[in-house]
Amino acid sequence: MAWFWQRNKSKDVLKERLKLTLAYDRAQLAPGMVDALKNDLLEVLKRYFPAEHDALNVELEQRGEKVVMIANIPLR
Amino acid sequence: MDARAIVVTSGKGGVGKTTTTANVGAALAKLGEKVAVIDVDVGLRNLDVVMGLEGRVVFDLIDVLEGRCKRSQALIKDKRLDGLYLLPASQTKDKESLDPEKFRHLVKALIEEEGFNRVLIDSPAGIERGFQTAATPAEGALVVVNPEVSSVRDADRIIGMLEAREVRENFLVINRLRPKMVERGDMLSVEDVQEILGLRPIGIVPEDEKVLVSSNEGEPLVLKNGSLAGNAFMDVARRIRGESVPFPDFREKSGLMGTLRKLFGGG
Repeated sequence: MAWFWQRNKSKDVLKERLKLTLAYDRAQLAPGMVDALKNDLLEVLKRYFPAEHDALNVELEQRGEKVVMIANIPLR
Repeated sequence: MDARAIVVTSGKGGVGKTTTTANVGAALAKLGEKVAVIDVDVGLRNLDVVMGLEGRVVFDLIDVLEGRCKRSQALIKDKRLDGLYLLPASQTKDKESLDPEKFRHLVKALIEEEGFNRVLIDSPAGIERGFQTAATPAEGALVVVNPEVSSVRDADRIIGMLEAREVRENFLVINRLRPKMVERGDMLSVEDVQEILGLRPIGIVPEDEKVLVSSNEGEPLVLKNGSLAGNAFMDVARRIRGESVPFPDFREKSGLMGTLRKLFGGG
């Protein structure tokens, strides 16, 4: 019956947004930079094997004290 | 907290720094400490009016730092409470006239020579020089944060800066919490804020209309008994003094809807 009362909780949306924003803040990076990096990365990758923009996923993540950048590159 | 010099800060303005300073200062005095609360918001003096001591300001912080008066002349003794003193900010000078090293020495002298157990420093909003100066003598900090997006983001920057300045004993004061909204999932919970900012709370203060009423009247809430926010500030002071005080549950006793919701497996 829980579905009856469930809806998107705005605080969960905020929590995700804040975590991402703070990861960029702490790393002193502009969020737009990661997109530019993604495009550059893709260009380099394409020289070696087929890669697609949409499949490439670059994210920042807080791991303890450090902010790490994680790239997920699916190979076909 | 071992820290005797504590800066009250937040980054964002309007989240309750001055209210926290006034009330925690008064609460510490009520518990028997000799406390100085210092307004460092030069040019935008407010701690005096919140505490209801505006009529007694003669000299100010800059006067002391520049040697125009003695420390004891500028410290306003709160007649309602033994051991509570206010050092007001200057309303006419600007923040540049506040020398960080002179300020550090003043706070040191208050503790070592004037016998103050605790000095609470009300920092200006922002991350610039005013905040930096306010943090200079601090050994610990109360980071006041509201559970909303901009306050949390700004608090994160302030925490980073405190750590860079080697201010070590830092705690959150989560202010203006609305338990009903938290229950609905429309406001970050205490646990959420703690998880995001990586700092432990020393105070949880629910939204309370009495805060505004008390500032209207210039009477810190902790001077009277029986308000939610006043009790919460009193608890902050006890925790600062090392008492282990559990955080109360602010959720209202569930009425019919609450009971129904629980029956159906929701919140």
